[in-house]
Amino acid sequence: MARSIYRDRKYKDVPYEVKLDLFNQVKQDIRWKDFMKGCFECGVCVGACPTARFCDFSPRVITQTMSREDVDTFYELMNDMIWDCSQCFSSTRCPRKNSPGGIVTIMREVAVKNGLESAKDALKTYSRIIYKVMSTGTQVAPDMLQPDFFPDWGPNVKVVAENLDVWRRAIPPDTLHTTELAWDVSDKTKFQLYMIFKLTGNLELIEQVDEGIYDILGETIEELMDEYGVEADEVENILEEN
Amino acid sequence: MEEKKSASFIGLDQRKFTRKPNKKSVDYRHELFELEEQGELEVIRVPEPYVEVTTKFGRTKKIPLQGGWHHKSCGQCGHIPGYPTSIFWLHRQFNLDYFDPKDQTSCTAWNYYASSASNVPAQAAIAVRNFAQAKVDGYFPYIHCGTSYGHYKETREQLLHYPELRKQVRTIMDKLGLPFAFPEEIVHYSEWLHVMRHKIAERKVLDLSNITVTVHPACHYHKLVPEDVIYDDDYFNGQRTPVMTAIADVLGANVADYSTWHDCCGFGFRHILVSREFSRSFAATRKIERMKDEANPDLLLTQDTGCLTTLDKSQFAAKAHKCNVGLPVMSDVQFAALAMGAHPYKVCQLHWHGVDHKPLLEKMGIDADKAWAEFEESLGPIKSGQKQFLTWEDV
Ligand code: SF4
Repeated sequence: MARSIYRDRKYKDVPYEVKLDLFNQVKQDIRWKDFMKGCFECGVCVGACPTARFCDFSPRVITQTMSREDVDTFYELMNDMIWDCSQCFSSTRCPRKNSPGGIVTIMREVAVKNGLESAKDALKTYSRIIYKVMSTGTQVAPDMLQPDFFPDWGPNVKVVAENLDVWRRAIPPDTLHTTELAWDVSDKTKFQLYMIFKLTGNLELIEQVDEGIYDILGETIEELMDEYGVEADEVENILEEN
Repeated sequence: MEEKKSASFIGLDQRKFTRKPNKKSVDYRHELFELEEQGELEVIRVPEPYVEVTTKFGRTKKIPLQGGWHHKSCGQCGHIPGYPTSIFWLHRQFNLDYFDPKDQTSCTAWNYYASSASNVPAQAAIAVRNFAQAKVDGYFPYIHCGTSYGHYKETREQLLHYPELRKQVRTIMDKLGLPFAFPEEIVHYSEWLHVMRHKIAERKVLDLSNITVTVHPACHYHKLVPEDVIYDDDYFNGQRTPVMTAIADVLGANVADYSTWHDCCGFGFRHILVSREFSRSFAATRKIERMKDEANPDLLLTQDTGCLTTLDKSQFAAKAHKCNVGLPVMSDVQFAALAMGAHPYKVCQLHWHGVDHKPLLEKMGIDADKAWAEFEESLGPIKSGQKQFLTWEDV
């Protein structure tokens, strides 16, 4: 049986079967065969990886671990290193045509889906963004520019926040006069987006990350779906049907 | 092929660029049209007139000149509104038809790359819903965001190669009462700007010969599914994308090289929001300082939400660490609009940017104080309640 490459092995008490189940979930992802072709262990990806210069992060360790089927190390990476990836996909320079960044995406998705504590932790201060994008269909809202949240971005953030309403209304395209959304998204479109989240089980996924956000999001979604005459609870997850 | 030698390409004459055509280049459009023939989906054709360009591995790509359904970017519209406004302003200057939809969501990929709190079918359905709406509206999608562009190219690859995913998306579109539509080409606005560059240059009103720029291409523009990206033998012998560089070149500015050109900006999707020290340090030390030390440019041009935000906003805190920063950052399209005489605040909305850009504007021959006074004056009717909004007529 493979042993973690990490000496401190933080997760040695987690049963091997649990780790193996997650490992298999990653390998069952539809993208797996396109993202993981085997690894030369050449390190080209590390040379191209900007994050590797700043963090204890290595795309090579990720692909190598996966190709060696080292389940113990996989579990360590899944609870730690994957959240350092910048998802810039510089590692697509891989001569073996692997996508280390893509493997990270899948590993993160499995971590979230299974409600791993490390995933919850990694997304703790992030979940309000999930709420914004899922409820409005736009991730970045002008009213997020608050000096309390971005103190390191300098005095300009305060000036923008103070003038936000007037400055937004001075932008010529009429879609951009909003302050709570990046642009004016129609209710019909939000309703369609909510339908997609319900039909793909995306909403339920959020419950694994942050129950509080899931509850508020559920209410927002239900309210609008109600207006369109659709009972949110009755919309089936089509992925489960299949 | 002989390399382009130009006095305006500072530092680049020391690099050797030799184009190596990729014999294995695959044109995905065959598969797309085949699926259309089989009744699986509808392809949104590139409308005429279009310009043909060459992609990284030699495919011919069509870039439409007008008829764009503007797939806006949440980061740009939310925090850098001069981006979309400059794109629309340029369309209006050339009387090119466009549509700025409200029936559009973001691609939601910033969130996906940050958190993975979604899944492939949801991401694909969000893409197809936007494209279906563009089809219903009778326009062709232009993608404003580098990440949307990259993500949609990935989505296209997945839809073409995973029949079960197509089935799931079709079920969703049926339930929404929308067609399963996908565009013939995924087109980024920088590509539109690239093919419009000579027309823009003909109408430039500023002398930019004393301006030196550095360029940062978005990772999700040129690293994710690179086959779609414009590469041009006239620039770097086709070994780097010419977008942004070519527009700066034809506008008469100097383009300077720097050693970390291929690095990302440090945005990191989740990092910019929750691991900020990473983004800040990376942007300041790996990008801005390198540019300043090696090329001392007047301006950094980029083409994406995350890049502009990170590279611009990270400079403030870096000053406290005595880093060599203080480099204005804007998008290629804002620079092009300024060159054609767009108002720096009413149109290019530079007051949303963090780094002091006034010395740059002065060097470009724009009276920054006068322009700011004009902008402030234009706010008067809004503040007094006389007007609710400013419109294109006001600017
Ligand atoms: S993932 Fe690719 S680039 Fe990285 S070590 Fe393996 S073969 Fe080399």
